[in-house]
Amino acid sequence: MNSEVRRETGVIVRVRDLHYAAGRRVIFSGIDLDFPRGAVTAVMGPSGSGKTTLLRLITGQLRASRGLIEVEGKDVSELSRSGIYRMRRRMGMLFQNSALLTDLDVYENIAFPIREHTKMPERLVRHVVLTKLQAVGLRGAARLMPAELSGGMARRVALARAIVMDPALLIYDEPFVGLDPISMGVVLRLIRRLNDTLSLTSIVVSHDVREIAAVADCCHLLSGGQIIASGPPAAVSQSSQEDVRQFMHGLPDGPVPFHYPAPEYADQIRQVR
Amino acid sequence: MPAAMIRELAESIRETLETLGSYALFAARLARETPRALWRFGLVVEQVHNAGALSLVITMLSGLFVGMVLGLQGFDLLQRFGSEDSLGSVTALSLLKELGPVVTALLFAGRAGTALASELGLMRATDQLAAMEVMAVDPVRRVVMPRFLGGVISMPLLAAIFSMIGVYGAQLIGVQLMGVDSGQFWSQMRGAVEFDDVMEGVLKSVVFGVACSLVAVYEGYHSVPTAEGVGRATTRTVVISSVSVLLLDYMLTAVML
Repeated sequence: MNSEVRRETGVIVRVRDLHYAAGRRVIFSGIDLDFPRGAVTAVMGPSGSGKTTLLRLITGQLRASRGLIEVEGKDVSELSRSGIYRMRRRMGMLFQNSALLTDLDVYENIAFPIREHTKMPERLVRHVVLTKLQAVGLRGAARLMPAELSGGMARRVALARAIVMDPALLIYDEPFVGLDPISMGVVLRLIRRLNDTLSLTSIVVSHDVREIAAVADCCHLLSGGQIIASGPPAAVSQSSQEDVRQFMHGLPDGPVPFHYPAPEYADQIRQVR
Repeated sequence: MPAAMIRELAESIRETLETLGSYALFAARLARETPRALWRFGLVVEQVHNAGALSLVITMLSGLFVGMVLGLQGFDLLQRFGSEDSLGSVTALSLLKELGPVVTALLFAGRAGTALASELGLMRATDQLAAMEVMAVDPVRRVVMPRFLGGVISMPLLAAIFSMIGVYGAQLIGVQLMGVDSGQFWSQMRGAVEFDDVMEGVLKSVVFGVACSLVAVYEGYHSVPTAEGVGRATTRTVVISSVSVLLLDYMLTAVML
């Protein structure tokens, strides 16, 4: 009983026996995952292993073929459209390409969720937006358009927009892709700082092993539709399991082959067409 | 061989029916959302500006030239029967009942329709629509509806301006250049044009406005999120809108005659 209660309060997202296929391609075949409340949890895996799909399943953008996804105790597959929208108001998500609204400036992008969901007076909107911009260090860029921002700045603006409604859960989809080392350092520090100061729970999907190791409390490694390793990043990177080692140490060949499946090389070369 | 052809034919019929069904469902959704969207009229006005005001110059220029051509051709034709004084009524009726709504709709599909489709397609390709979904903001309500209503409102206004400028163009050629009597030009027009003729044009332009806007937002919203997908959505918008306008024009004319 006690452990049941502890689990309810300690886990914000619970995944059990998750199956999902995109057409004929099986993405997940029965995975179990827990995302502890208050922690930064990383989901790693090679390209095409279903990391982004997992996020889309958690946010209710996709429906699982089978299994359970529970967010704050509610089964996502059983929620109605309005129920999913209510759930999403407790979430923030940072997209891989920032996904800023290109016809609005930085200020209006961050104010967008407030204006859509509340009738907050303009003075208060301004206060909230400036606070969030200050948190990501871009208060001075409030009136720039998205096209005027660098990749790192756009990512930080998207981060400010993701936290503007004070979510309980913040989801990052490949937050380090295409960033220079300075911007990457800034985003890394922000992920940790925002998680701790705003008492959030963060799920970070990435394949940047070194960066994740620096910021995550625990990580899950996805491959071939299964979770092949879970635990603190340091422990996972020291795993002797072959497929885990290949990913964590960036080995070009191993259980994930260098070559895409193909007919015999010699046979194909000899063929006229 | 014939079996393969029949299979292909059946498949293409199935796909067409599926697309038509999807269009019908989307149209029903837009109709359901209309009252709520009108509450946020500021967003609609913004789109009336984008679809309507920004199409004004091309509409007015085209209206002027179409009117001038009508003036020239009409004068040449009517002169053969000695009834060049009827030029006013001929041009006004042609513009109000047919050319105004049809040509404006074709121009609208080419200018505003493609802009709408590519904008929505790019929003999908750059995850802006997905971001709205995750922010618990319904993109159909927030993005699609204002654009659809903006188009529906703009089309009849543009058609009216087109016809008005067209009549002016015909007058410029007929009266100023060819020497048709100004009094005859305007009085014949007033005598021939009835309220029903004006309403026929208005009805047509509203129907074309709904059709062109629906095609543009549907194609843009459902585009494949790649550069090629957005391009294809834009092309489909022009092709489907143009064919629909001409088909609907025939049907409406047949019903209203």
